Amino acid sequence: MSMISESSEGQTASFGSAQARAKVAINPARISIDNLDFYYGDHKALKGIKLNLPDRQVTGMIGPSGCGKSTLLRVLNRMYDLYPGQRATGKVMMDDMNIIDPKVDVNALRARIGMVFQKPTPFPMTIYENIAFGVKLHERLSRSAMDDRVEWSLTRAALWGEVKDRINTSAMGLSGGQQQRLCIARTIAVRPEVILLDEPTSALDPISTLKIEELIDELKHDFTIAIVTHNMQQAARCADQVAFFYLGEMVECAPAVQIFTSPKQKRTQEYVTGRFG
Amino acid sequence: MSVSPSSISAVPGPAKDIRISQALGRRRYRINIMVKTLCVLATLLGMVLLGSILLTLVWRGAAGLSLSVFTTVTKPPGSGGGLLNAIVGTLIQTLIGTAVGTPIGLMVGTYLAEYGHNSLLANAVRFVSDVLLSAPSILIGLFVYQLAVEPFGGFSGAAGCIALAILVIPIVVRTTEDMLRLITPSLREAAIGLGAPKWKVIVLICYRAAKDGIVTGVLLAVARIAGETAPLLFTSLGNLNWSISLSQPMASLPLAIYQYAGSAFDDWVQLAWVGALLITFGVLAINIVARLVLRPRK
Repeated sequence: MSMISESSEGQTASFGSAQARAKVAINPARISIDNLDFYYGDHKALKGIKLNLPDRQVTGMIGPSGCGKSTLLRVLNRMYDLYPGQRATGKVMMDDMNIIDPKVDVNALRARIGMVFQKPTPFPMTIYENIAFGVKLHERLSRSAMDDRVEWSLTRAALWGEVKDRINTSAMGLSGGQQQRLCIARTIAVRPEVILLDEPTSALDPISTLKIEELIDELKHDFTIAIVTHNMQQAARCADQVAFFYLGEMVECAPAVQIFTSPKQKRTQEYVTGRFG
Repeated sequence: MSVSPSSISAVPGPAKDIRISQALGRRRYRINIMVKTLCVLATLLGMVLLGSILLTLVWRGAAGLSLSVFTTVTKPPGSGGGLLNAIVGTLIQTLIGTAVGTPIGLMVGTYLAEYGHNSLLANAVRFVSDVLLSAPSILIGLFVYQLAVEPFGGFSGAAGCIALAILVIPIVVRTTEDMLRLITPSLREAAIGLGAPKWKVIVLICYRAAKDGIVTGVLLAVARIAGETAPLLFTSLGNLNWSISLSQPMASLPLAIYQYAGSAFDDWVQLAWVGALLITFGVLAINIVARLVLRPRK
């Protein structure tokens, strides 16, 4: 953990440290959630959620297991559509579009809102094909343009240097940390506007975790990011604003430093100080 | 986190006795030896039976093995002849049966795993498919006799192909469904999360992930139908002459074995042994090739 605080010392102007981040204003919303309810069958898993995801900043979502934070991510790219019996009501506005409107073209939506999962999920094909798969769904590129896109996305995901000599070998041969960065590369290759990260480092070792966190800091210059995490330090390190969820409700949302140093709600304080969770 | 002595004494029940623990250990050891011995005996029994079959086949079959078996068709007893028509007939019928049955089985299996799930229709289809899987193959032969022999006025290779295809379908259905269900939901979600429509996820991701299992299922089906006799008795009938016409009765190795093995002529019985040898090692070769092809790559 000390590596990160050291590296950000002396860069108070950057977004690196929590102190500096506290002074940075929260940007206008890219996605604006209002009065969102979500049901798994009869079970109400999200209750009246109101939350903004600020443009090109990182929103951390914390809370004990089963509090609804992953559910919220799955609403944002309509992943719940796959499962009959799951439904959402309310408003999730992105520009003038209500994301949960049944008329929305979900495939086009998912090209704008990418998602990275807890466990790395490389497709059973080569590294190159893993990236090209998503791009081909939405764009017609020449071979050389595709080559450029693959290199660009792998470079952005800090993976190019490690894999450039074996780009045409199976992605299943990569390490867990590399696989997860491949999944991030695959997501950004589609050039989304929003990236959802569902506990992206919980299956990874500390070094890989550090790389992903550095990557998130880098990616937020171009993408709006939401990250679900069980690791409070990770939320403090990565997020500009943090939202605390409990029993399906959004208890408190504030700039990261405020959530961890002077939360307004008693439940937030008890959670971030480790009294329950 | 050291446990304090007081918390040990708080465990209910009598105090720990090392002799009881040792006695239990000896008992486990004896049971282990017993079960291990039974396992080894059962394995040996299976191996001995298999080895005896293979050895007998090689012993009796190899004696009649010659080039003329592969180059000449069956002739009247005492005048030589080979199995060319039966070999080619088996190849044709197995190939067409597999080629027709596999896509149907693949599609049904895909429907069950990806679309039907536990709906009424899916459960009905699954049930019927499982019944078909264990139905006596002679019934399939009789069914196709009614369907494709009687109405067309005679036995034909095509009818044999249909019967074999019907045998292939339930095997491929089962393996396809099982293999697709083994794929973790997160892999599907990852592809869908990129904006892929469902059919592309199935064709480009799921089939690839399930490829090894599905290919194994198809090869099992090939091995099964290559040795089937009963469904061909009422459909392709067998043919002592050279014919590769699907509208005529067609020879096949299992039928040749069936007809020759019970005949009174020594040279025909010998040909039956050769046929049995060929079909057994053909199926063995398919299995070995499948294992080599599907061996996990580094």
